[in-house]
Amino acid sequence: MPLALRFEHVSFSYGAGPPVLRDVDLEVERGEFIAIAGPNGGGKTTLVRLAVGLAEPTQGNVDVFTRRIAYLPQRAQAGIDAPLTVRELVTAGRASHARLLGPLASADREAVREAIERVGLRPQADRRLAALSGGQQQRAFIAKALAADPQLLVLDEPTTGVDVEAQDAIAGLLQHLRDELGMTVLYVSHEFGAVEQFVERLILVRGGIVFDGPPADLPGVWHDPSHLHA
Amino acid sequence: MLDLEFMRLAFGAGIVVGVLAPAVGFFLVQRRLSLVGDGIGHVAFAGVALGYLLDLPLVLTALAVSVVGGLSIEWIRARRRTAGDQALALVFYTGIAGGVVLVSAAGALNVNLFQFLFGSILTVTRGDLAVIAALGACALALIALLYRPLVAVVVDEEGARVAGLPVALLNSLTVALAAVTIALSMRIVGILLIAALMVLPVIAASRIAWSLRSTILLAMGIGLGSVLTGITVAYYANLPPGATTVLVSAATVLVAETWSTLRG
Repeated sequence: MPLALRFEHVSFSYGAGPPVLRDVDLEVERGEFIAIAGPNGGGKTTLVRLAVGLAEPTQGNVDVFTRRIAYLPQRAQAGIDAPLTVRELVTAGRASHARLLGPLASADREAVREAIERVGLRPQADRRLAALSGGQQQRAFIAKALAADPQLLVLDEPTTGVDVEAQDAIAGLLQHLRDELGMTVLYVSHEFGAVEQFVERLILVRGGIVFDGPPADLPGVWHDPSHLHA
Repeated sequence: MLDLEFMRLAFGAGIVVGVLAPAVGFFLVQRRLSLVGDGIGHVAFAGVALGYLLDLPLVLTALAVSVVGGLSIEWIRARRRTAGDQALALVFYTGIAGGVVLVSAAGALNVNLFQFLFGSILTVTRGDLAVIAALGACALALIALLYRPLVAVVVDEEGARVAGLPVALLNSLTVALAAVTIALSMRIVGILLIAALMVLPVIAASRIAWSLRSTILLAMGIGLGSVLTGITVAYYANLPPGATTVLVSAATVLVAETWSTLRG
């Protein structure tokens, strides 16, 4: 299977501070669904920000071999005061895929409609985002990412701040998307228990990669909650 | 009132400015850059002063210097080595101080600078109106053509960057459009007050709108209504038109806020 992403001896520090990540080597094949777990402050978000090009490695190389990338940041929210509908949010996700000038083509409008349907928000499509529940808002942001028809989808703690029911719904949705669309997915979670049931590969990050393999092979010691604190 | 040519010219320029200022201001407000207009306004003053010094058309020198000043603010802000408010302060004060020095060097300290700082409907010429209409139409057409990518950037700048949109170019374009708007509006509202017309109608619209698209369209309507009402009231009450327009615009914010609170 061709590669989607490769890290070679990657280290990263913020300014003159201590390294957040040290000597990371990582290869991700196209179509893989990978959970990235680890303690808070362990470097998970930094790892994915390097992957999507929002940060530059202090040392080493990051190579991305896919063209269309979508990134859902932690606690995603629209950074604006004006009212924003679900459809407008999802259309914003299509901007990079559609032609730059002029109104949206009919194929792009159809892609936006499909993305909204995939996350089950068709009845709420023209409602204001702020009027929806936390779980529905998160699904709207996932639809925004899907509207770009991404080859690589990066989700940073997409279930943070939503209730358990919504967490299950989002997990089920991602499982379905993986099976149906076959895109490469990096799913960040600070708790691997939440994701290990639906991924084949788990990467545990704590200043570097301390485990990389099937969740079933994770040493028992890592299931100890004390290891969740860096 | 419309029998007088200077009023017809003022209304013509006011219509363009009233629609254009909130359309550009919408993107600044959503990016939390409401005060950028103020900063560029101060730089525009240096442009007016340069026009006096070089004996060139003041709208054109204000336009050129505003665009350079606006792009400088965006460049400093984007490098993130200087906080956004510090970048603004640097350009803000350099602009106004530079303007005073240049006006002094041109021996024009005795001219009525108030007409540029706070607007004067008596100063709009046919030539001004032609420039304002042509550049205003181009700016509005550009916003209409680039509406979707501009919205994508204000909704989620990092997401747009990851997706490969030319974010730096779109942000620079927004600031350049703000500079053009300020240079075009200095005759009507004045360079110290135009930023208000870029921001206040957007704030009012966002309180009563139901979507992004309705926010920008309502803001343009409120801006147009504010300018037309402001010029009319100013004419009959013998008040300064720029300040009257801004006060009308501020009143719409109060009305929209009250309506939004009562609606719940």
